[in-house]
Amino acid sequence: MALSIEDIKKIAHLARIEVSESEATATLSKLTGILGLIEQMQAVDTTGIVPMSHAQELHQRLRDDVVTKTNQREAFQKNAPVLGNGSTQPAVAGGLYLVPKVIE
Amino acid sequence: MINSSLKQLASMLQSKKISSVELTQSFLTRITQYNPSINAYIALDEAKTLAQAKAADARIAAGNATALTGIPLAQKDIFCAQGWQTTCGSKMLANFIAPYDAHVITQFDQAGAVNLGKTNMDEFAMGSSNETSYFGGVKNPWSFDHVPGGSSGGSAAAVAARLCAAATGTDTGGSIRQPASLCGLTGLKPSYGVVSRYGMIAFASSLDQAGPMAKSAEDCAMMMNVMAGFDERDSTSLQRDKEDYSRELNKPQTDQPLLGLKIGLPKEFFAEGLDASVAQVITAAIDVYKKLGAQIIDISLPNTGLSIPVYYVLAPAEASSNLSRYDGVRYGHRASEYSDLNDMYNKSRAEGFGAEVKRRILIGTYVLSAGYYDAYYLKAQQIRRLIAQDFIEAFKQCDVIMGPAAPSTAFKAGEKVDDPVAMYLQDIYTISTNLAGLPGMSLPAGFAQAKDGPALPVGLQIIGNYFDEARMLNVAHQYQQVTDWHQQMPDLKRA
Repeated sequence: MALSIEDIKKIAHLARIEVSESEATATLSKLTGILGLIEQMQAVDTTGIVPMSHAQELHQRLRDDVVTKTNQREAFQKNAPVLGNGSTQPAVAGGLYLVPKVIE
Repeated sequence: MINSSLKQLASMLQSKKISSVELTQSFLTRITQYNPSINAYIALDEAKTLAQAKAADARIAAGNATALTGIPLAQKDIFCAQGWQTTCGSKMLANFIAPYDAHVITQFDQAGAVNLGKTNMDEFAMGSSNETSYFGGVKNPWSFDHVPGGSSGGSAAAVAARLCAAATGTDTGGSIRQPASLCGLTGLKPSYGVVSRYGMIAFASSLDQAGPMAKSAEDCAMMMNVMAGFDERDSTSLQRDKEDYSRELNKPQTDQPLLGLKIGLPKEFFAEGLDASVAQVITAAIDVYKKLGAQIIDISLPNTGLSIPVYYVLAPAEASSNLSRYDGVRYGHRASEYSDLNDMYNKSRAEGFGAEVKRRILIGTYVLSAGYYDAYYLKAQQIRRLIAQDFIEAFKQCDVIMGPAAPSTAFKAGEKVDDPVAMYLQDIYTISTNLAGLPGMSLPAGFAQAKDGPALPVGLQIIGNYFDEARMLNVAHQYQQVTDWHQQMPDLKRA
């Protein structure tokens, strides 16, 4: 089935990637080509075939219920991004990460 | 010395003919000289590198060296290495300093190997030419007009240009084998689950697998002895006994060391789409195997053509989920101007990801979205099983499968960059082994003359059954005992 510009905008919204009008147009033509390639699958009869989700038939291992990780908050927060909107400070305060206000 | 095998380097180091600091310095000097034009490395840190070399020399002096102690290696920038810039080829992670080591990095550190730097790659390992890297393309050392392949293009170029003794790569759809083919190296993608993915930045988790990129099969075996093994921090790491991947290299020692080996040639790997000049080189390599005693069997992998459509559903679907972690909140790129939280996500991701990564996230989001899951994702998983079953049937008739690793020699930079579908077809011979979880390797088998250009390397692919890496390495090593393609070096002054 053919994709439309509206589809591209909807998918981009779901993926949380901003696209401009011109980007959406360019993306539409590239994605249409790729989906054309993918459409080749529809010619195959897969009735009754068990989907293969992984390269090895694995079962989730369980580990002992003991603490294995130590708190490394300070080390991890060194990679915090710059806050933005005029501030060049890291987006952290008091051990927390700063984001725009979420709850009114 | 720069063309010495890992075994020769280890022997020179341990007999103290050379120190690790001297060896490391000679590679650093070559990097300073050639990396500005080749762009194989994203991050270099001489102080860190030389400190490791000094420590290695102390360890050798103390008499507790391992086979790789003091040997300078390059690490693909997909592996987190504590204190090193770790970018995965993306603007998203351009300022990310890894706070911990990937399992593979820990293994090399414990062996006493020296890290020369982090190698360039396609952004988030999505590409077959290294042209999607935020840090710029990489030149093929055999011809600077041509691409090195991808996504492990920096590692491939670094080994080919002798800017390291060996390197690591990762392979989700061909990202070790295709650049190994295009740059004239030996590269191995092990069976899925053999090398831990802990600390290896995720692209498509059910397909991603790390492996060595080196000059020879013997070198790859030495690298595998360090890289492979169970790691409880990766839930897909297989609990298997530690193997010596060198154990079968040299046996048996006869005139026909591969007598009785059954090599399957899938007709689909020699059909339309394969360059005639590449086919010629592969046929000549198969003739060498006949002389070594192997028996050739015609086989069929009927669903090979479907591997690309299936891959371009499954890999983007997994990627769209894996890459949702890059939201600009705790690390990675955050937009400089935004209004609310959603706007921050939208802008940070729009600015931080390059075009190919965005395309794949969008495809993955689409095939997983409501109403399309069965038609795309489930269908692809069903065909994935058909592809895996093709191999199970084939391995009832033969011991290893051979064919080309890539349909052509290296192409020119810019040639396919605007045509994703043409770029995806580069991986037609490699993707199916990732889908099945099988081991595959590429080794240099000669050169083919490009229409309007230089002679460029051609890689012979060997696909083995699950966990048959030691035999594949033996099969490759025997070829490298009677040929010298793997010892040829590009002339960097002319490239």
